[in-house]
Amino acid sequence: MIQKIIYMDNAAATRLDEAVFEAMKPCYFENYAVATSEFGYSQGLEARETLAEARASIAGALGAAPEEFIFTSDSTESSNLALKGVAKALGNKKGKHLIVSKIEDFPVLQSARALERQGFEVDYLEVDDLGFVKLDQLESLLREDTILVSIQHANHEIGTVQDLETIGRLCSEKNVLFHTDATHTFTRLPLDVRRIKVDLITVSAHTIHGPKGIGGLYVRRGTPLEKIADGGFHEFDLRAGIENIPGAVGFAKAVSLVTEEENARLKVMRDRLIEQVVAKIPLVTLNGDPQKRIPQNANLSFHHVEGESITLHLDMYGIAVSTGSACFSRSLEASHVLMAIGGDHERAHGSIRFTFGRYNTMEEVDLVVETLATIVENLRRISPLGKQGGV
Amino acid sequence: MAFPYNDTVLEHFKNPRNVGRIEDADGKASEGSPACGDMVSVYIKVDEETKKITDIKFESYGCASNIATGSIITEMAKGKTLEEAKRITWQEASQALGGLPSIKAHCSVLAVECLRSAILNYEEKHGLVVNLEPTTEEIVRKKLRRVMNPMKGLDMVATNLVKEIVVSEGVIRVVVDLPEDHQFAATIKEEAKERLENLWDVKQVIIEFSRTWQRE
Repeated sequence: MIQKIIYMDNAAATRLDEAVFEAMKPCYFENYAVATSEFGYSQGLEARETLAEARASIAGALGAAPEEFIFTSDSTESSNLALKGVAKALGNKKGKHLIVSKIEDFPVLQSARALERQGFEVDYLEVDDLGFVKLDQLESLLREDTILVSIQHANHEIGTVQDLETIGRLCSEKNVLFHTDATHTFTRLPLDVRRIKVDLITVSAHTIHGPKGIGGLYVRRGTPLEKIADGGFHEFDLRAGIENIPGAVGFAKAVSLVTEEENARLKVMRDRLIEQVVAKIPLVTLNGDPQKRIPQNANLSFHHVEGESITLHLDMYGIAVSTGSACFSRSLEASHVLMAIGGDHERAHGSIRFTFGRYNTMEEVDLVVETLATIVENLRRISPLGKQGGV
Repeated sequence: MAFPYNDTVLEHFKNPRNVGRIEDADGKASEGSPACGDMVSVYIKVDEETKKITDIKFESYGCASNIATGSIITEMAKGKTLEEAKRITWQEASQALGGLPSIKAHCSVLAVECLRSAILNYEEKHGLVVNLEPTTEEIVRKKLRRVMNPMKGLDMVATNLVKEIVVSEGVIRVVVDLPEDHQFAATIKEEAKERLENLWDVKQVIIEFSRTWQRE
């Protein structure tokens, strides 16, 4: 049976836009030289120029100067560099204390844990039941020896958008560096370093229909940062390794293709899905804030059923989504994000994340809701939970 | 298309057999909990003369391997005597399903244990259970044989994860040969606790992790 695939896991990966692919092609077949020093041969100089253009256009989208933006292999590397690079630069000077939120994605969370094993001290900031970090707690945790605060712009699972303006102000008042993981917000929400006091920003191309394997880190001028992988003097001596010029060009193109209209369209699909699910399926909880959430994310928990069973049924209908259930994850642990906002296992195990992208349609949204309603009803029928008089 | 399970598992997952409840069941039990992400209930009707299972139904809150195992095990147990049904193992259920991913063993082993618990429930009600014995290191070891090591798909005793067991005055202390920040440490801890906490004379279960564990 030939089935149309409905891909609603755009937070994990996105379909490459053809225009991005076309923009990248010449970097593979025409001028595939690496960027040389300014005394190199002509192809190398041309490649250097191409890279500089891509850098300037992405930096511009953040309101930053070109030399404040470096390319990396993805957001994992960017966040590793932000946390470990600052720790390396300031650990023996200013102090060994960091603050990260409890609901960070793994690159930040695991980097923080790695630093803890090296003798750094990390405080894990709590969140409320909608996923907002507790700002009064942040204020009380900031110390003389705090070197970095890392709080994501929006959560990768539940989509809650943090108040970066206030967080940035609190940090700068105490002279503490502030890093934010903007993997799921870059180009989808406004983020301008001239307005927000943020020193380091993680971004990636894979969430906006760009290629996989290219990301970036904004580094505010003067930020103490040391590179963590040794090699050449690339990327202003902050990130050694051959430049991924096709990736950089693709990333820049992907950034240029995101429009206000598109973001508004994603939001309409998001709201339609939430509204329809709540109307058609009983016992559903929306995870995250209804308003302050990224336009492309809906996350819902279906009581009395388990997420992996839902995703597998949906998969058999050609629908790809993800879940916070333990059974879906590589560690067999329930989503740390859903546990942090509610502490309720059943809510985590029954959660489904839908993330929209350029190629999703309204028709798909309606089809997904309809399919989901049948699946949840069937699974509830065989579930021992939510019924009277069980064992 | 590439699915994470084979066709037999998917068939049982899509169309589980013997689903539901028996209101006047002769024996019934639940294993697992919403907290661990998997829960199964099993209901049996038993012929008092022949001690054969005449009817069996199950309910599942769980992932595909949990649902499929519940389905296959009820098929396997129907018509068997209690003694025969008790001896059905996870390996046999998995084999009948054409193999389950080893990392999912802990989700599916629940259904097998739930069947045994439902039989025990019947035996208790009919005065067929022998007296309670005090918990010893051996009994703890036996219980831990039901905790899966997700890295190997075998239990934690067989895969040498149990470094030390001490039972003293209602307190069980188990040392697991893994670092505390290991990928599966939290799951193993939770499952081991669950297995041991319901022993009748146990007040506290302490699961510790070894610091000496070295990566191979």
